[in-house]
Amino acid sequence: MSARAPDRTLSERVAEIARDVAGPAAADVDAKARFPHEAFAALRAIGALSALVPVEEGGAGASLAEVGRATEELGRYCASTAMIFAMHQIQVACLVRHGRSPVFADLRRRLVEEQLLLASATTELGIGGDVRTSSCAVETVGERYRLEKNAPVISYALHADAIFVTARATPDSPPSDQVLTVCLKDDIELEPTGEWDTLGFRGTCSPGFVIRSEGPLSHVLDDTYGDMSARTMLPVSHSLWGHVWLGIADAAVENARRFVRKAARSKPGTTPPGALRLVEVVTQHQQLAELVHGAAARFDSVSHDDDVLTSVGFAIAMNNVKLAASTLVIDIVGRSLLVVGIAGYREDGPFAMGRLLRDAYGGALMVNNDRIAGNTAQLLLVHKD
Amino acid sequence: MSDTATIVRTVLEEHGRLAVPVDGLQNESDLYAAGLTSHASVNVMLALEDAFDLEFPERLLKKATFSSLGSIVEAIDEIRVDA
Repeated sequence: MSARAPDRTLSERVAEIARDVAGPAAADVDAKARFPHEAFAALRAIGALSALVPVEEGGAGASLAEVGRATEELGRYCASTAMIFAMHQIQVACLVRHGRSPVFADLRRRLVEEQLLLASATTELGIGGDVRTSSCAVETVGERYRLEKNAPVISYALHADAIFVTARATPDSPPSDQVLTVCLKDDIELEPTGEWDTLGFRGTCSPGFVIRSEGPLSHVLDDTYGDMSARTMLPVSHSLWGHVWLGIADAAVENARRFVRKAARSKPGTTPPGALRLVEVVTQHQQLAELVHGAAARFDSVSHDDDVLTSVGFAIAMNNVKLAASTLVIDIVGRSLLVVGIAGYREDGPFAMGRLLRDAYGGALMVNNDRIAGNTAQLLLVHKD
Repeated sequence: MSDTATIVRTVLEEHGRLAVPVDGLQNESDLYAAGLTSHASVNVMLALEDAFDLEFPERLLKKATFSSLGSIVEAIDEIRVDA
């Protein structure tokens, strides 16, 4: 069903969906904190959800850089849509890079044909926010797994076709010895434990749930989660999240540019007061764009080199991308608002920036920057280069 | 058992924060499955650098180096040969 127009790139086609579908729905998605159905129907129709699946398996065989560009385009118009798209692609990357058995090949086939939406449940109540430890465990009953997890957030859980759940490998395993289980929708029971009424990323619909799942043991991925985290989750997450924030920054800077141009047109010959501030904003925006695009390109260039991916230097570099990008976006949106002034502070009108501002703050909080900085501080103790 | 292996075991016992006693582990046992976290592995490495008076080069700073007692001893032997 993936209708491919080979002459146009994935990001070009996604850009069109972002502008024509995600953008017009963004205000409503934000106001109602609802799932962006229309954008995902359109993304499914062009096969975008299987973009990372290799060509020989029916996907687009897209690079992380290309999926990143697509994410950025969505982020320009609706950050929630972009964030869901990014989180989905992170799970796809795990499935592609770590799902070696026929069961997972079959799941990739379904992903291509049915354009399944994949979610994840990594955080857990009582682990203090450290996703590299779990309290719940995979229990083995004959040839089947059973698990129960109290997750304070699961993004778009109610709209997903499968949820990738971290848990200790066995009930006797230490908290850090984790595996990732692919829990299919039909194998899941979700008991809601809260609401999702947040400042930003409202359309990601991420309340808490107790998730209970039982299914074939073959749905537990072979590689340990620690391995997948270093080789795939960490670099892909930080690159793609970065593209979401870059998309928000793109929109803010575009707003500021439009505003200054409009002011210049009304008084030709005089430089508008916001023009100099716009220079600062554009300079920062370039830093963010180079940083984020560079991160994806860096991953693509070493994506099969396990020695590089599991090195301390690479982990530090990816942590740096997250820390820098998530703080830059707040600064860029804030400064853009200063350029636009009251027209951006208004909740109505063509320059409104409230949603951009609220969404921008999400980046530094999701996987808290202080936790990441603490991790980098540790790694720097041993890093030599 | 070589002296190196004995010291590595002592360091692991002290800084590895494993879920099981180091005495019960084989040279090939998976330390991550025994509860070694990346946080603890950093401390183990710092303690090894102090105990053996050497520095782990960048190329050995990867998960595989600390995956078992055997691989740690191998890494230390390698660093000493290079020195």
